[in-house]
Amino acid sequence: MAMAIRVCLLLLVFLSSAIVSFSLYEDQVGLMDWHQRYIGKVKHAVFHTQKTGRKRVIVSTEENVVASLDLRHGEIFWRHVLGTKDAIDGVDIALGKYVITLSSQGSMLRAWNLPDGQMVWETSLHSAQSSKSLLSVPINLKADKDYPILVFGGGYLHAVSAIDGEVLWKKDFTAEGFEVQRVLQPPESSVIYVLGFLHSSEAVVYQIDSKTGEVVAQKSMVFPGGFSGEISSVSSDKVVVLDSTRSILVTIGFLDGDISFHKTPISDLVEDSGNAEILSPLLSDMLAVKVSKRTMFVRVGGEGKLEVVDSLSDETAMSDSLPVADDQVAFASVHHEGSKIHLMVKLVDDLDTVLLRESIQMDQHRGRVHKVFINNYIKTDRSNGFRALIVMEDHSLLLLQQGAIVWSREEGLASVTDVTTAELPVEKDGVSVAKVEHTLVDWLKGHVLKLKGSLLLASPEDVAAIQEMRMQSSGRSKLTRDHNGFRKLFIALTRAGKLFALHTGDGRIVWSMLLNSPSKSEACERPSGISLYQWQVPHHHAMDENPSVLVVGRCGSDSSAPGVLSLVDVYTGKEISSSDIGHSVVQVMPLPFTDSTEQRLHLIADTEGHVHLYPKTSEALSIFQREFQNVYWYTVEGDDGIIRGHAMKSSCAGETADEYCFTTRELWTVVFPSESEKIISTLTRKPNEVVHTQAKVSTDQDVLYKYVSRNLLFVATVSPKGAGEIGSVTPEESALVVYLIDTITGRILHRLSHQGCQGPVHAVFSENWVVYHYFNLRAHKYEVTVVEIYDQSRAENKNVWKLVLGKHNLTAPISSYSRPEMFTKSQSYFFAQSVKTIAVTSTAKGITSKQLLIGTIGDQILALDKRFVDPRRTLNPSQAEKEEGIIPLTDSLPIIPQSYITHSLKVEGLRGIVTAPAKLESTTHVFAYGVDLFYTRLAPSKTYDSLTDDFSYALLLITIVALVAAIYITWVISEKRELSEKWR
Amino acid sequence: MAPIIRSSPAFAFLVFQISLIFSAFTLPYSSGSEDSYTITGRVNIPPSNVIGHTAKFSNVKVILNGGQSVTFLRPDGYFTFHKVPAGTHLIEVSAMGYFFSPVRVDVSARHHGKVHATLTETRRSLTELVLEPLREEQYYEIREPFSILSIVKSPMGLMVGFMVVVVFLMPKLMENIDPEEMKQAQEEMRRQGVPSLSSLLPSAGASR
Repeated sequence: MAMAIRVCLLLLVFLSSAIVSFSLYEDQVGLMDWHQRYIGKVKHAVFHTQKTGRKRVIVSTEENVVASLDLRHGEIFWRHVLGTKDAIDGVDIALGKYVITLSSQGSMLRAWNLPDGQMVWETSLHSAQSSKSLLSVPINLKADKDYPILVFGGGYLHAVSAIDGEVLWKKDFTAEGFEVQRVLQPPESSVIYVLGFLHSSEAVVYQIDSKTGEVVAQKSMVFPGGFSGEISSVSSDKVVVLDSTRSILVTIGFLDGDISFHKTPISDLVEDSGNAEILSPLLSDMLAVKVSKRTMFVRVGGEGKLEVVDSLSDETAMSDSLPVADDQVAFASVHHEGSKIHLMVKLVDDLDTVLLRESIQMDQHRGRVHKVFINNYIKTDRSNGFRALIVMEDHSLLLLQQGAIVWSREEGLASVTDVTTAELPVEKDGVSVAKVEHTLVDWLKGHVLKLKGSLLLASPEDVAAIQEMRMQSSGRSKLTRDHNGFRKLFIALTRAGKLFALHTGDGRIVWSMLLNSPSKSEACERPSGISLYQWQVPHHHAMDENPSVLVVGRCGSDSSAPGVLSLVDVYTGKEISSSDIGHSVVQVMPLPFTDSTEQRLHLIADTEGHVHLYPKTSEALSIFQREFQNVYWYTVEGDDGIIRGHAMKSSCAGETADEYCFTTRELWTVVFPSESEKIISTLTRKPNEVVHTQAKVSTDQDVLYKYVSRNLLFVATVSPKGAGEIGSVTPEESALVVYLIDTITGRILHRLSHQGCQGPVHAVFSENWVVYHYFNLRAHKYEVTVVEIYDQSRAENKNVWKLVLGKHNLTAPISSYSRPEMFTKSQSYFFAQSVKTIAVTSTAKGITSKQLLIGTIGDQILALDKRFVDPRRTLNPSQAEKEEGIIPLTDSLPIIPQSYITHSLKVEGLRGIVTAPAKLESTTHVFAYGVDLFYTRLAPSKTYDSLTDDFSYALLLITIVALVAAIYITWVISEKRELSEKWR
Repeated sequence: MAPIIRSSPAFAFLVFQISLIFSAFTLPYSSGSEDSYTITGRVNIPPSNVIGHTAKFSNVKVILNGGQSVTFLRPDGYFTFHKVPAGTHLIEVSAMGYFFSPVRVDVSARHHGKVHATLTETRRSLTELVLEPLREEQYYEIREPFSILSIVKSPMGLMVGFMVVVVFLMPKLMENIDPEEMKQAQEEMRRQGVPSLSSLLPSAGASR
């Protein structure tokens, strides 16, 4: 018996110490996870619609993505995410087979193979100064002749061969301070016209030989008023600019190298003269000017004469002009009218000829049309058909053709800025949507298939059937709460100011809404969202209330701009209320108090040092008054290297103040010496994190008490020299120092310095430990350090007798003011990859062991068990320690390919990872965002509290049947035997 | 060292190629300004038997200093970083399905941008900047092929196994017992009124 117990214990120990990695079978992909690929807000689009082959559109976006999209379905053929500092300035197609991108302010030119996206060549162009950049790719009339690609950027004009990226010649304009505005390449001509401004008052035209780069002729002319920089080229020998007062349109003709000016005051064209603005579209012999919210089309006559031919009152988006048949040029314009948008394609020469007029119903929550790109095709009746690619205010991309939306892409989700979770509604009684499998036969069939799958006997069709069945049977995309808490909503706020609710089951958008400004004033048409908070999470009382989220926005990019609050119902996606709060938003602090309707109290600090309480109700005020003395917070001034602690003082005085406004007093400051330390990272624990056990029992019956405090701040500083990139500093010059600071008293609890190390620091803070990743310059490797904090003052409670006699201090009240006696343990390891972000899994009760989720530079997410970063690891752990699950110490952390939770996918442009607990203790939701979105469900210690999805019910059934059959057979046998015995 | 070259054009071409690579690497690259250099290298992924790595070069990224700049591979596997200041840098290769060691790259200002590279994981010094994966990465657990053992090991298998043992081995054990003892035991059982297996089943009782 004792033996059996021992075996059992050993088995348990073995089970608990076995390292559980994530690990997934290939046929389980998509069961719990989903992955969505995006590109971002489109900046440029070039159509590639030849008669043969697949029709594509090449786009470049604000997320530095160059991509080729299928024009029929909007799917991505290929896509490349360039580096974060490699913003794309221009994109075009050269030689009919290469996609040319110009990036990094005109200093990097790359060619990509059109069909498969393979990079063909890459040329770094010389640049001396930052300037605007221009890309001019000649339209190849004859394929055999190689016209050079002309690039202006950084003060240089380069001519680059399209075939191999070789720089043919370059012309230096840096010395003169010459800013190139237009490069014109008349077809069938060997002369290039380069028009630019010198000190924005002198127009200069260079004529350059396209073969050699030599200046053939140069003409310049001073314009006394000066130019404003906006320019529109209307034909091959004319451009139109605005003067510096923005009230006169100047037509510059540079026919054959002679410059001529022709001034036309805007007041001559329209009565209500205001500040004019030249709109970007390139129209031939035509100009679009925006004067006081009206868009005017101005025709440029032969001698530079201007006349207004049409004007549009509404805000209209326009495309560039597009040559259609018979030497005609057309352009598209899109404007809004109610819930519809109107697309019109007109001829430039004759604005009355409308080639196409379409009205399309458009979702209100897509906002206005920002950009239009058009393309034509020949219909079967030989007339021209048009398709338009439009970019909306919420960054979505739509293709319109024949009066309908052919496809749309929600590109706003490529720029998620903040994420929070929300519960789905509870399933009502009697409205059970749950659909059980139809019949027993089907059910059995399904499980036999599953069994085949798990025994590797399934054919490919069977595998597909299994996948489909799994998707259906789990009911994972239902819109109600489930028992395990696997179905949830992720509420994502995007840079465009749009909220999306994504279902964890299949990643579909449940609802989306564009934030509206409450005031509709001129200055704040669309507030930009900053952050998201859970405003109301009803669970105890107020169950009939819908949960809601708080969106804090700002009117403008400046931090002192007035803030906007918006409350959004999570179930319906409707805005409950929104208000201009009349003060700026610096910091939003959710308080740990809720009112009777479970609305969470929030404090918002403004730039003037006041804090404002929300919601503005008397009940909230009375709750807050009670806790008035216990509210503390801190601010980090990264540039000055100061961290300040604040507390409440009194109500605001003054006329404008209301009773919800409070003044504050400064409690403490921590000043870091600016000559040696610069703050690069600060971090606190997640406020809603749950810690299950306060103590840790080690093998030798020793108890370690975790120092679990919500008021700990992790700060990392680095020498100012080491704040730059790797390689810019020597090991002697750089040091990394980390601090743990108590945010109530300002006390520095722990300080740890790493000589010869530098940032960037990526850290994660959970329970009583911090794990951070930084670069070690001496070893030239990345390192990960763990710091665990333990409470010394409670360490004496180990003695059982003290506990029995009541001489322990476990029940003594813990005060945040008291000086904690604490000690730390730390350990460092090498890590073989750069890291973009680190997160940690979180579960409902905090019992399940934790995993670090490391977003690597390759845009993958690695799950690393917390036991690998345990400061108690030693080189040769004793038997007892091994039984406890301590892993022998290694100098570097292992990267096990099977523990990439993204398996063979990439979350391109990864920026953040969010974890949220499910109701089931073993399971946690993981949502990663970047250009792509990725979601999966993780069980860091395997699903010990539920059967896995691939549990074989069929095998169980077969076993039971077999057992019953066996019982019957044995019964028959025994019966016979008994009979024969009786006969004997 | 004088390799015997049998005048095979292919071999000569290979030598030419290698020398090209070498020269590409060792040649100092100092462009225009004084303190910025160019790092040129090559990524070499050996042909693998794993299916699905055919379009390998188009999805490989080469990353300098943890994201300071990102570049892509040309069809021949070459990559270039432009405008790199002298100093010690770190190059990482991100390729799905492969693990590459980060490379420490020293760009010397004294030797006009001469590049010296070391793999940080293995501390192996590279004579030329040709990066090869340390290992292939398999992201999925491989299902064990169907085997009787896996069924036997499963809880259900254990259950069936136990039953088989009881059904077939127990009678054997019973046989080993002395028949007289057996009879005694049976009589004892009868006296105590312990029902036999047959009487346990109600249908058995009915059939009697």
